[in-house]
Amino acid sequence: MARNVTNTRKWVFTILAWGVALIIFFPILWTILTSFKSEADAVATPPKLLFFNWTLENYHEVQARSDYFGHFLNSVIISLGSTALGLLIAIPAAWAMAFQPGKRTKDVLMWMLSTKMMPAVGVLIPIYILFQRLGLLDSRIGVLCVLMLMNLPIIIWMLYTYFREIPGEILEASRMDGASLWNEILYVLTPMAIPGIASTMLLNIILAWNEAFWTLNLTTSQAAPLTTFIASYSSPEGLFYAKLSAASTMAIAPILIMGWFSQKQLVRGLTFGAVK
Amino acid sequence: MATQHQRSLARLMVAPSVGLLLLWMIVPLGMTLWFSFQRYNLLMPGMVEFTGFDNYRYFLSDPGFWISLKNTLIMVAGILAITVLGGTALAILIDQPIFGQGYVRILMIAPFFIMPTVSALVWKNMFMNPVNGLLGQVSRAFGLQPVDWLAQYPLFSIVLIVSWQWLPFATLIFLTSLQSLDREQVEAAEMDGAGVWARFTNLTIPHMGRAITVVVLIETIFLLSVFAEILVTTNGGPGYQTTTLTYLVYTQALLQFDVGGASAGGIVAVILANIVAFFLMRMIGKTLD
Repeated sequence: MARNVTNTRKWVFTILAWGVALIIFFPILWTILTSFKSEADAVATPPKLLFFNWTLENYHEVQARSDYFGHFLNSVIISLGSTALGLLIAIPAAWAMAFQPGKRTKDVLMWMLSTKMMPAVGVLIPIYILFQRLGLLDSRIGVLCVLMLMNLPIIIWMLYTYFREIPGEILEASRMDGASLWNEILYVLTPMAIPGIASTMLLNIILAWNEAFWTLNLTTSQAAPLTTFIASYSSPEGLFYAKLSAASTMAIAPILIMGWFSQKQLVRGLTFGAVK
Repeated sequence: MATQHQRSLARLMVAPSVGLLLLWMIVPLGMTLWFSFQRYNLLMPGMVEFTGFDNYRYFLSDPGFWISLKNTLIMVAGILAITVLGGTALAILIDQPIFGQGYVRILMIAPFFIMPTVSALVWKNMFMNPVNGLLGQVSRAFGLQPVDWLAQYPLFSIVLIVSWQWLPFATLIFLTSLQSLDREQVEAAEMDGAGVWARFTNLTIPHMGRAITVVVLIETIFLLSVFAEILVTTNGGPGYQTTTLTYLVYTQALLQFDVGGASAGGIVAVILANIVAFFLMRMIGKTLD
């Protein structure tokens, strides 16, 4: 009897949860489906959910009309580049603060975090003017550096919380066994640090890929990543739903897949370790 | 324990990060502050002069400022209300024993990974457009007058779009917090005869208090900078109806080229964000001890 009740309960909650999840996910599903429709089917009344002539035409069109893959490549270069550069600068810092904490380590960490609290508009004008003078407007390297600096505090913090979980006793044990500093880093610490570094990398690629304040303001065409390119669909001509959907689907697919793998890291990274 | 040598090595390792962030913060912020006291318009080069607090006086007495401040507050408060209440409900729902929990979570979290320009344009055209949008078609199917969302309720529409993006974030963090709730404690309360509501108000809510505070503060920081969603849907309009503080500074700087005025606006935005940041930093600082 009791088992029956819990089973019914489980089914009720299952249906409820799946219903809500599908509603929340629906706009994404709809975008993906629309990307395979003809423009006429995309605005058909009543709307066509699955029974339409599936076509890849929009994907061809998007590339033919504009250099889609050029923009895709810009997104890849900017997000991977800013993450790699950020890690290069952040790993030593996080490492030192986790394993050699000094009296002021906590203050330094808090100060780094406070730079993240600064709203972007507070520095938009000087950055724009500096970029103009230095010829960095609409250049990949310029946006790449700005995004790196913007995400640097998050990278350092995330790495710090991961590194701090590596037990110090292990280091002492390996030292007792006569391991040199170099061997210690290579054989003991690196294997333990890799998962933390990988998750930090994943989250930051996602953040950089989707960043839409600096990319929109600092790039126009040459260096424009997908955020800026897609924004050009805001003033369309004629029927464009299917093409907008195709461009959007390609822009969100890689990050959606990466995002699903990084749910746990997302919590840690974006709450700065305050919620675990 | 650490030798002098190790300590200086540690300092050397931290130095690049500190230096870069210092540069990134001090230089542009200092320039913004400097510009905010200048009469400086990019359309009139060579006419730069010191004006004291004139820019602030103009900016603060501009009716656009007060409207945009009001819009910012309404937008942030609206999104916070929807995401915190909705996120709590969703987190509790997913936390129940259900079939396919992992898949449900994957579907619910998805909107957070969609780039802002994509979600704004998809909502604007494929859902909120009164003629071809899905919402309009559905209301026509029920014989109702379709709503032109972005024209009739522009700010509310923006709140909806951005809430859709941030609801998964709140849900995920609340879920993480719920899963760390001590099951034995809950069972003990159940044995003592505490009902569902009593357990919710006396155990769940106090346990989640910290997560809720963190979500409110972090979302506020990010939401104060909402930009792309406004740019591609309404351009701040109609009139000033969806102009937020961030958007107002953007129009003054990059559309009207009024560097001085926009800088004053930027400084006002920094001050507002700092008030929130102050509380957030205190919360996070406690976790370091």
